[in-house]
Amino acid sequence: MKIHEYQAKELFRQNNVSVPEGAVAFSLEEALTAYDRLNVKTAVVKAQIHAGGRGKGGGVKLAHSRDEVKTHAEEILGMNLVTHQTGPSGKEVQRLLIESGVDIARECYAGIVLDRAEKQFVFMVSTEGGVEIEKVAAETPEKIIKEWIDPEKGLTEDQARNLAIALEMTGTQIDSAVEIFLAVWKVFIEHDCSLLEINPLVVTGDDNVMALDAKMNFDDNGLFRHKELLDYKDESEEDAAELEASKYQLNYIKLDGNVGCMVNGAGLAMGTMDIIKLYGGEPANFLDVGGVANAETVANGFRIILSDPNVKSILINIFGGIVRCDRVAQGVIDAMDTVNVSIPVVVRLEGTNAKQAAELLENSSLEFLVATSLADAAEKAVSAVTGGGL
Amino acid sequence: MSVLVGNNTRLIIQGITGTEGSFHGSQIKEYGTNLVGGVTPRKGGQEALGVPVFNSVQEAKAETDCNTSVIFVPPAFAAGAVIEAVEAGLELVICITEGIPAADMVKVNHKIKDLPTRLVGPNCPGVISPGKAKVGIMPGFIHEPGIIGVVSRSGTLTYEAVHQLVAAGLGQSTSVGIGGDPIIGTTFIDMLSLFADDDETEGIVMIGEIGGTAEEEAAQWVIDNNLQKPIVAFIAGQTAPPGRRMGHAGAIIAGGKGTAAEKVTSLEAAGIHVVKSPADIGKAMAEATNTK
Repeated sequence: MKIHEYQAKELFRQNNVSVPEGAVAFSLEEALTAYDRLNVKTAVVKAQIHAGGRGKGGGVKLAHSRDEVKTHAEEILGMNLVTHQTGPSGKEVQRLLIESGVDIARECYAGIVLDRAEKQFVFMVSTEGGVEIEKVAAETPEKIIKEWIDPEKGLTEDQARNLAIALEMTGTQIDSAVEIFLAVWKVFIEHDCSLLEINPLVVTGDDNVMALDAKMNFDDNGLFRHKELLDYKDESEEDAAELEASKYQLNYIKLDGNVGCMVNGAGLAMGTMDIIKLYGGEPANFLDVGGVANAETVANGFRIILSDPNVKSILINIFGGIVRCDRVAQGVIDAMDTVNVSIPVVVRLEGTNAKQAAELLENSSLEFLVATSLADAAEKAVSAVTGGGL
Repeated sequence: MSVLVGNNTRLIIQGITGTEGSFHGSQIKEYGTNLVGGVTPRKGGQEALGVPVFNSVQEAKAETDCNTSVIFVPPAFAAGAVIEAVEAGLELVICITEGIPAADMVKVNHKIKDLPTRLVGPNCPGVISPGKAKVGIMPGFIHEPGIIGVVSRSGTLTYEAVHQLVAAGLGQSTSVGIGGDPIIGTTFIDMLSLFADDDETEGIVMIGEIGGTAEEEAAQWVIDNNLQKPIVAFIAGQTAPPGRRMGHAGAIIAGGKGTAAEKVTSLEAAGIHVVKSPADIGKAMAEATNTK
């Protein structure tokens, strides 16, 4: 789960990670009130969307007066912000963060991620702050300094000090950075984060270290023990169909193609997308119906796939293990009765009771294209779209 | 020989009285696996699936001399269940549970890294040595005993591969689902090493997916160890968009890393036959084992 910058900063503030004063605003009036309360001359108006790269896209503006706050807030609120992470369609800005301007002496980077190969969390810093860290990692990897964290000890003071020194901090800056790093680790581990980034982490003119930005992602598997975080969820940031699917316990991700697919199991679902592409088609979605492929699941799957007007054919690929294919077939037949499906449906059922399933489909009055193998299924689903004959 | 599970397996089920544990447990037993007991805290003394239930793994070990455990307990308690089985000194622990927080698995792996117990999973279908033992949730009947070792991050895609192998006349020595989570116990490298040393295994099918660098590391291992057995690989997620988690917690292209293209390049550089289509796995393995 992702949250907004202002929400992450709220968590930072509660856990003694130094951040600028600021408040969220959902309207122009709120933005001006927030500015008045800050009681500063210079403020920053920041678009709050889940994607990064907001500054470059014109979603972050410096204001030196109340009038400028008004101008920028008017411009940013409601704008369609396009960044390298939003995709070309962009994202409408519905919230702003109004924040005190900070006297910046130097910009650095700090982040915590899971290192899968080392099976540990790793704390990373770099003197190259304020730029895309992926770029730094690719072009000058030596400029990223890492400390792996022992899960029993947590980040130690020595490690935090090493990181501060790696950032070329001196004197009281080091103490300030150590304090922040230890606090940031605590926020991370106590909330089951999967990623935490501060870019930039700044050294101020008066030698303090401060988080000017805050990005936090949470491990979905850990959310059951942090119910309070669910209040931070912003459903407007999610695709409507994906949100709908999650309500039915279906795992759906919308893509740009026109061949819809419904599969059991994540690996097979990805493999099915791949083979559609290989046969010259473009998958319209990823959809894992999980272990239960009954009439209800299939019907919900149909509705979600069909909510995408680009879809021109549907491929159902189920490998029945514990799930019985004849039940799935009955599910498909029943679902077609309740959902109006007017495009070709290719069904490929393999595994437990596959033969009975094939008979059920053949004997049904509904129009199915029954496929005998994975390759056959992909070919049929793609040619149904391209009109290459059946 | 098969690897990990076989005729010497003496299995207990942690969570044997739960819905999942009892459903899959009955199929495990039906397959002919040597099930000797189960564990559910506070239900010790009862019987389930015709075997005794114990309060702890330690107790089960003392009474049944079990050497393997399969875990079906809910995510919140699964990490604790793994550690319990490891501390009781079992040789092999297979964790089926999906949805365990990554931070919990970091702790588990740290705790067990210097201990002799092998962990498979979590979030995996388990391990099967056809005709000998099934310790997991895979459909037993699709498998045949034979000479191919299968290792995969997926569940149903593994069944698809096994189905193709059987259609091509190839059985399996052992088929292992290592799990779809970012932090797992047994890795591709561990399995390649076991299959390399197993006389019965003559060819290996490896099914990877986007996310992480486990496939790249496995490719390097194949080069470093000059593994001569033919390997056929497929990487799922060639069409997956970056930044999206494709069902499995571990299947995500993050920060430009973990793409299918990178993995395919590494595997091919190690002399591994990577099939572009998931429908070609069986055929490619049959060709590889005939022409070696």
